[in-house]
Amino acid sequence: MALFKRKSKKNQKEVAVEEEQLVQKNEELTQVVETEADAQTSIVEALVDDDVKKKSKTGLFDKFKQGLSKTRSSLSGRINELIQSTKKLDEDFWEELEEILIQADVGVNTSLELVEKVKQTARKKKISDSSEVMSIIADEVREMLNYEGAELNLQAHTPGIIMVVGVNGAGKTTSIAKLAYMFKNEQQRVILAAADTFRAAAIDQLQIWADRVGVELIKHQEGADPGAVVFDAISAAKARKADVLIIDTAGRLQNKTNLMKEISKIRKIIEREIPEGPQEVLLVLDATTGQNAISQARIFEEATGVTGIVLTKLDGTAKGGIILGIASELKIPVKFVGVGEGMDDMKAFDPEVFARALFEE
Amino acid sequence: MAFEGLSQRLQDVFKKLRGKGKISEDDVNLAMREVRLALLEADVNFKVVKDFIGRVKERAIGQEVLQSLTPGQQIIKIVHDEMAALMGGSESKLTFSSRPPTIFMAVGLQGAGKTTTVAKLGKVLVKQGRKPLLVACDIYRPAAIKQLQVLGEQTGIPVFAMGQNKPLDIARASIEYAKNRGCDMIILDTAGRLHIDSEMMDELVQIKEAVKPDEILLVVDAMTGQDAVNVSDHFNSQLGLSGVILTKLDGDSRGGAALSVKAVTGCAIKFVGMGEKLDALEPFYPDRMASRILGMGDVLSLVEKAQANIDQDKAREMERKIREQEFTLEDFLEQMQQVKSMGPLDELLGMIPGMGKKLKGMPASFDDKEIVHIEAIIQSMTTDERRNPTIINGSRKKRIARGSGTRVQDVNRLLKQFEESRKMMKQLADISKKGKKGGFPPMNFPFN
Repeated sequence: MALFKRKSKKNQKEVAVEEEQLVQKNEELTQVVETEADAQTSIVEALVDDDVKKKSKTGLFDKFKQGLSKTRSSLSGRINELIQSTKKLDEDFWEELEEILIQADVGVNTSLELVEKVKQTARKKKISDSSEVMSIIADEVREMLNYEGAELNLQAHTPGIIMVVGVNGAGKTTSIAKLAYMFKNEQQRVILAAADTFRAAAIDQLQIWADRVGVELIKHQEGADPGAVVFDAISAAKARKADVLIIDTAGRLQNKTNLMKEISKIRKIIEREIPEGPQEVLLVLDATTGQNAISQARIFEEATGVTGIVLTKLDGTAKGGIILGIASELKIPVKFVGVGEGMDDMKAFDPEVFARALFEE
Repeated sequence: MAFEGLSQRLQDVFKKLRGKGKISEDDVNLAMREVRLALLEADVNFKVVKDFIGRVKERAIGQEVLQSLTPGQQIIKIVHDEMAALMGGSESKLTFSSRPPTIFMAVGLQGAGKTTTVAKLGKVLVKQGRKPLLVACDIYRPAAIKQLQVLGEQTGIPVFAMGQNKPLDIARASIEYAKNRGCDMIILDTAGRLHIDSEMMDELVQIKEAVKPDEILLVVDAMTGQDAVNVSDHFNSQLGLSGVILTKLDGDSRGGAALSVKAVTGCAIKFVGMGEKLDALEPFYPDRMASRILGMGDVLSLVEKAQANIDQDKAREMERKIREQEFTLEDFLEQMQQVKSMGPLDELLGMIPGMGKKLKGMPASFDDKEIVHIEAIIQSMTTDERRNPTIINGSRKKRIARGSGTRVQDVNRLLKQFEESRKMMKQLADISKKGKKGGFPPMNFPFN
């Protein structure tokens, strides 16, 4: 038993550090509230912008709407029902609203926060009739999801490196195929790297996708060192002057310390070869995941410096409400969403469109 | 370990109740409010939480509890019982057909872990002396068939595949194949699908009608949120599930899906996936799981694991050595390796009552690597050094550290630990000599 003594001591230190971080985080949060006014103006700008882009976005909007049809019927549908049955904004109304949000996987804390904000706005605007609440909620959600850095940061350097990480079964390999297809259509030269050397037939799966999309795959054998695959892939990407290199990694549960160390190491290898890389580290999240997604995002972020999220399987009945939880607690932007099984069913995430698809009729 | 977060929150709630001699209705209400939040944050389905809280409250506010001598304990017991009931009461076993081959069918969403689970389940059945055949009915996902074949090779279980034929035909053909090959079990690995995809769901219904499986097992990811209930409800209403297998329970999810699925579908959880290795599929015991969630430990599972993995003769020999104080570093190493064979350390420690809580906030994995280092250090010693560590002087330490790729400090630490455990063993041996007269000395738990 004495074996663990050292660890528990070390642990106390860690707890102290964590507490410090918490304090910091709180301070950051207050700052965020202060900057919200600025955000509001940028939304207005975004709206104007949106009108200009509208033409190109209608297809996207429909796709979202379609993919989210189940989400809509359960989230906005239920809120609408609530609004119709309760005309007055009393405690019961707010409590019920909380319940609806929690059931959409938004999470207890975030739901409470969101309801509190909506409540205050309603009070400020002297709204007492429930029918006007919907637009306030939509606004708040949009605001929560709207932040800087949602665009892919790849243009500046070639090759741009995207490292894809996530837990087992989130949909990493399929998402990579869809991303590759998207880049290919933009006339970019894409190379894939099969650094999931652990799971049975993961390499074959990616090979089949690479053939279908028509891009090159750098691979080793099953059980090979993923670091070596990454190294080779970077050399190949440089030699062939590829625009984008997408690296598939093995799925791992975030509480497996050793596997998380391994993935940090993969990131370091990339940094060593290309100092400005990886430009993007995308965390693939299954939309059906509940509150564990926050733990996933937090720990993967610590280990690999996640720059964005790919939310998959949004075409089921899952509400993807967890995006709001992640947005409010971690501030990692969602960059893409998977809304179907087709190769072109990967869409750039647009908070504006998402909020509209979620709440508009 | 899954449930950790939930366990933590609940124990904090109950700590407040435990010390009280008297508990008012308000105390109960307050505690239940916190339990409610803890369950919701753990992704337990909203309606399930409501019912659960209702039932616990009703029983807790009854006269006998509030006026009993230890009302806090009583309430914890009620929560424990209700939680076990929620997850299905007792262990539920698989059904086998009286006329082989018995057919199992694994279904579920994409990425739940069906293919891996099918291979793991095959291994469990082989251990029971059955001859399973794995059947690759997932013709949609690229390389799914190959994956099952690779897993079949790794486990030594035959795999039946028919390329891109219709899954229905593959399932049908597999029966004949199993009979010819002398397999008494068939496990169908079907493609992942959305429960709202009616075309794909029809495919499953057709297979079900054609081969009449003895078990239809829904594979559910333990990290699933509120949607778990929707999904299992859909699959159940269309296929009539016979059971559920929860996967990825070795993550740090709070496992709300486990608590909800049974309550909603009435299908018991039969197995849980506890790791990436192919033998990491365990039977599910609701009562034991409830104990673990509430921090009461799970001694039963621990004892079972020990029985399955530790050689009785060796254990007796070890006991003699401890009694006669002949315990050497060699024995220390052997003992450590035995413990390691029982599973990851953090999981084992979580089963010891009161220990789960002490572990909170420790580095997520109690590194099994630590044991690797200790092994390396001991293996770098000469036989003489292992038997009589007192001869290890400075230069020997340097050599050992170099040989094991560690530092002299690490060697020192190990030697100190060994000395301490020897002392503890001496104390224990002395007591057993004196009989019960002396009582148990205070154990030196580093956590206290």
